[in-house]
Amino acid sequence: MMLDDFLVRAALGGTGVALAAAPLGCFVVWRRMAYFGDATAHAAILGVALSLVLSTSLFAGVLAVSLLMALAVSLLSGRGYAMDTLLGVTAHAALAFGLVAVSFVSGVRIDLMGYLVGDILAVSRQDLAIIWGGALMVLGLLSWRWPALLTSTLNPDLAHAAGINPKREQLVLTLSLALVVAVAIKVVGVLLIAALLIIPAATARPFSRTPERMAMAAAAIGVLSANGGLVAAYRFDTPTGPTIVCIATLLFLCTSLAGACRVRSRPARSER
Amino acid sequence: MPLLTLSDVGVTRRGNIILEGIDLSLEQNELVTIVGPNGSGKTTLLRVIIGALAPSQGRVSHDASLSIGYVPQRLHIDPTLPMTVARFMALPQRHSSDAVRRALEQADAAGLADRQMAGLSGGQFQRVLLARALLTSPDLLILDEANQGLDHRGTAEFYRQLARVKRELGCGVLMVSHELHVVMRASDRVVCLNGRICCQGPPDTVAGSSAYRDLLGVDERDAVAFYRHDHAPEEALS
Repeated sequence: MMLDDFLVRAALGGTGVALAAAPLGCFVVWRRMAYFGDATAHAAILGVALSLVLSTSLFAGVLAVSLLMALAVSLLSGRGYAMDTLLGVTAHAALAFGLVAVSFVSGVRIDLMGYLVGDILAVSRQDLAIIWGGALMVLGLLSWRWPALLTSTLNPDLAHAAGINPKREQLVLTLSLALVVAVAIKVVGVLLIAALLIIPAATARPFSRTPERMAMAAAAIGVLSANGGLVAAYRFDTPTGPTIVCIATLLFLCTSLAGACRVRSRPARSER
Repeated sequence: MPLLTLSDVGVTRRGNIILEGIDLSLEQNELVTIVGPNGSGKTTLLRVIIGALAPSQGRVSHDASLSIGYVPQRLHIDPTLPMTVARFMALPQRHSSDAVRRALEQADAAGLADRQMAGLSGGQFQRVLLARALLTSPDLLILDEANQGLDHRGTAEFYRQLARVKRELGCGVLMVSHELHVVMRASDRVVCLNGRICCQGPPDTVAGSSAYRDLLGVDERDAVAFYRHDHAPEEALS
């Protein structure tokens, strides 16, 4: 059967993750939450350690810890420390504690690199089910809440006046972020998840006129990077996760250069 | 029946009293302006009214079906967020393109629909914000220093627009402003705020009251200028 081929499974896994990560990544970019995504992703390694100790499923452990981390940061923000300081502390603390905790797990052979940079070629059928289940859930959440999310991203008071609670929408994003981290850990690893969120969105920005087009273009770019990266990694025998991020970055360079040229060749329209 | 009533509303934040003992009601077809020095709680009061902030005491009561159109003080759109005027108008609910065109015309922003929000001038941006607030045919229109970024002339134009919109929709209008002279002429009622309501009433009465002068430091010269403007021909408002 087709799914027996590890390359096909890898392509499907990468596509699923990219489809969910890219539109969510747009919100991460618009709301300037890049570091927030990093902190949530880095906490995942602690989730890996916990799920090994408690011998629960990796997905559940990572999801729980990422969610707790994201909620904790949301609650702590605006209480004494600037957001970037707070995230700088928590992101690296979570990674460090996670790595230390993993070293305590004895008797289990752990491929630490696999969790740090991912191991997409080892995606199993069960992983595929989890990845696509999680990705569809994130896409469902985002499209269900889309107008409310967009309004609260623009301005919280504007949302209030329209009867939308921006705190609840923030929670939707937090939950989606934890879900994406949990399904992406196998594909690109904790160090590179944030790249999969942000780079496709940033790549889509120069040629998008509306938020919806930017989200769709980001999804397409994410899928292209994932599959292109897979092919390139196979051909040049390079690590897959980092290769995917390299391809995405090349696409980013192309569109931002094209965008800069377009702005220069076409003078800004006059005000009136 | 008033559109909205505040009874004994107070807001305390970190031990500081920001608002206290606010009793205020807004009527249909009435243009009310809140004036007051910086830090007098004007924006806080508006945030309580739109439901963004729960009052520490007292209550805000209105009909469950009251629809509010809100024009924020300033709206920063992150440069990473692409947004055409037409798309912005459709947030959070989509409306027919006819309704969008009508609202843009009402706010004197016709022809801007395809432009990017980031490329608009201050005045255009403000008119688009007003158009968006008008889309739902609100019962109550709330504007927080909506004249920021407009020069004196632009402000006067904007307020004439507001008076016209109020007449057309028959809605209540509540706004906060610094531009005293213009405000005074456009408003049905002026409320002086400084943590509490110092005085309120028709513009002439309030302008003549000592509480208003003490609060805003209006000296004789300003008052003369104000009265001279007041005797100007009426067509400015129509």
